[in-house]
Amino acid sequence: MIQIIGAVISLVGSMFIFLGALGVVRMPDVYNRMQAGTKATTLGSMLTLIGIGIVLPGWLGKLLLLVVFIIITNPISSHALARAAHHAGIKLTEKSVRDNLKEDYPKEDDNG
Amino acid sequence: MHKVKPGIILFVILFGLWLLLAGADRDELIVAAAASLVISVLFAGRASALGSVRLHPKAIAYAVIFFFVFLKELVHSTIDVAGRLLSPRLPINPGIVKVRTRLKSPLGRIILANTITLTPGTMTIETKGEYYYIHWIDIRTEDIDSSTEAIVAKFEKYLEVIFG
Repeated sequence: MIQIIGAVISLVGSMFIFLGALGVVRMPDVYNRMQAGTKATTLGSMLTLIGIGIVLPGWLGKLLLLVVFIIITNPISSHALARAAHHAGIKLTEKSVRDNLKEDYPKEDDNG
Repeated sequence: MHKVKPGIILFVILFGLWLLLAGADRDELIVAAAASLVISVLFAGRASALGSVRLHPKAIAYAVIFFFVFLKELVHSTIDVAGRLLSPRLPINPGIVKVRTRLKSPLGRIILANTITLTPGTMTIETKGEYYYIHWIDIRTEDIDSSTEAIVAKFEKYLEVIFG
């Protein structure tokens, strides 16, 4: 029984990771793709790892530690990538409503 | 005094890390405690950012509440973004908005920025002092105050108590 619960949680997690991959294909520009590609790992890998931890309780401590490290490092890497993309002057998609960062610091972005 | 609190927090973090990694074997725990103590005494001076964490009971209770608020937002916004992705019209309304934070301590600001980035739909692109520039997948607001209300306020009110 506990194995089935763990497996279902892992399955839901991998579904979120699949949705993230789908987002990378469907989204129109770098920033939206990054949203899909990096955020899916937050809940997706958390659920996958916790599901494994429920099936194998001996590993739960180490897996929770992995979740903590993902929570700490994931936002830093996605922030750094997005910031680098904006500084390199990559345009937002045509659908975008506005870009306050470009309005406030136009020079910085044009330098590339 | 300003070195004692970072040292204590560092010790708790290191010891907790050991407990999760190695389990609670009695002889090993003594070694772990000694090693954590030495490291936290040596590096307490460099961990001064941890000094802005408040340790009174209200702050600790708010830290626990903050964790659950974060989990709720994470699930809620993940489902929201997943719904947008699966919809054939791809109903996104993206752009970069500017928001303001009331937090003063560097550690509090880092944790706020990372919380915003971890929540699907919003991503911190740049921080300049008290202003964050946030890529938002579905802009619903017009000016800086209403954007701040929509993105920052729900996390800020807890972090304000924890970090000041």
